Amino acid sequence: MLIKANNISVVRGNKKVLENINLAIDSKDFITILGPNGAGKSMLLKCLLGFFKPDKGEIIKSDNLKISYSPQDFIIDKSIPITALDFIMLNKKIKRDAIINLSKDFFIEDLLKKQLSYLSGGELQKVLITRSLVDNPDLLILDEPTQNLDVSGQLNFYKFLNKIYEERDISILMVSHDLHMVISTTKKVICLSNHICCSGEPSKITQDPEFITLFGHDFANMMSLYKHDFNHTHHTHKGDKNA
Amino acid sequence: MLDGFIVNALIAGICVSIIAGGLGCFVVWKKMAYFGDSLSHSSLLGIAIGISLGLNFTIGTFITCIIFASLLTYLQNKNILSNDTLLGILAHAALSIGIIAISISNQYVNLDAYLFGDILTVTESETYWFISAAVLVFIILYIIWEKLVLMTIDENIAKSEGINTSLVHSIFLILLVIFVATCVKVVGILLITSMLIIPAAASRQITSSPTKMAFGSGLIAIASVFIGIFSSIIFDIPTGPSIIAILTIIFILTLPLKRNS
Repeated sequence: MLIKANNISVVRGNKKVLENINLAIDSKDFITILGPNGAGKSMLLKCLLGFFKPDKGEIIKSDNLKISYSPQDFIIDKSIPITALDFIMLNKKIKRDAIINLSKDFFIEDLLKKQLSYLSGGELQKVLITRSLVDNPDLLILDEPTQNLDVSGQLNFYKFLNKIYEERDISILMVSHDLHMVISTTKKVICLSNHICCSGEPSKITQDPEFITLFGHDFANMMSLYKHDFNHTHHTHKGDKNA
Repeated sequence: MLDGFIVNALIAGICVSIIAGGLGCFVVWKKMAYFGDSLSHSSLLGIAIGISLGLNFTIGTFITCIIFASLLTYLQNKNILSNDTLLGILAHAALSIGIIAISISNQYVNLDAYLFGDILTVTESETYWFISAAVLVFIILYIIWEKLVLMTIDENIAKSEGINTSLVHSIFLILLVIFVATCVKVVGILLITSMLIIPAAASRQITSSPTKMAFGSGLIAIASVFIGIFSSIIFDIPTGPSIIAILTIIFILTLPLKRNS
């Protein structure tokens, strides 16, 4: 176990943003959180990252857990002159050569000398992830990484992420709306709507009544189309109902 | 041989330029121009209090600006009104109360000197204040530099890497207050923000990294102070506005040099 949310709740005003959330991330996990706007996805990440203390419950981390975080809506202001390499090195005690080597693994060495403000959305995401990986974290937390990307950009990015997941000893927790893109990689999907509606393997989750209620039949049908691609082993599907 | 008053003015100008170079970049990056302006407006209240109580006006300014910045941060966190509106209210309230306070203090005050600066009257003992302020700000800024740059780019990434962002931000605000308190004498309350913004904006056109932009900005400010002081003596024109006019000319000259890579 790397990190665990133990029955956490967050109340803002009189709205329950998060309600009795239980979540455990193990090593080599790949979990995708799915949910409508205002479902508390970003709040859950904030609690796990320790930016925010839940009103109830606790976050338990394993010793020396290294978490890296890549935020939602990363926009670099044009008034800041900084190259991708300088940005990756910022506040990290890592040698330039190590970063150049790492960037070769990800085929982004051509981007290093470019100004951050001149990179495309997809290039920027790759630089962000590279920065997250330079000090070998145990867990990578991504908040809607493909929000500003077009479809081919999304495909490209998920291929990139897949490569990282396969080649490294790392767990990934991601908030994403593109389940159809990650379905072949992600091991577990959690549907959040202030509470955990359902969770389980992506191919199974789309048949869960709670999932259908949350996203509608069309979306669920569209998702289930992708299950053929998924070469999965069979577990019993956990239909957590914590509400 | 230069006259003593010119040497003192140059020392004060160089010190202020060094501080402005580093801090100004963050004011530009964080879009805090209006904040800087409001802070300097509030310093007039500090000057009034300092004069009334017979204190050094720099100390009065420092204390008032710290209170102003804390009050503002408190109100911002309350999320009642937009930042812009809050700044507009507080800045002009402080300016008005300051002018009223000066008028009822029954002491002769040369308001022009505070509004537009009076660098040629800097005394030798005051230069030590300037030097200490410059050294202090330079060292602190050097220590928090990488953290502050990362936070400016993305606060959440900084937080996730264990940076205490509210502490670093508070330190930055205190440095800004030190700058305002020292810069009043150089260019005056009304022109302080331009001393922060214009060198940084000009330097942005010709540099490719945060550190280079800060040093470039400092050098541009120093050059403007030199040219500004001498041209004000030669042509007998006000010094503070001359410095800002030179800065503006340098900024215009850098415009065609915009780097594209």
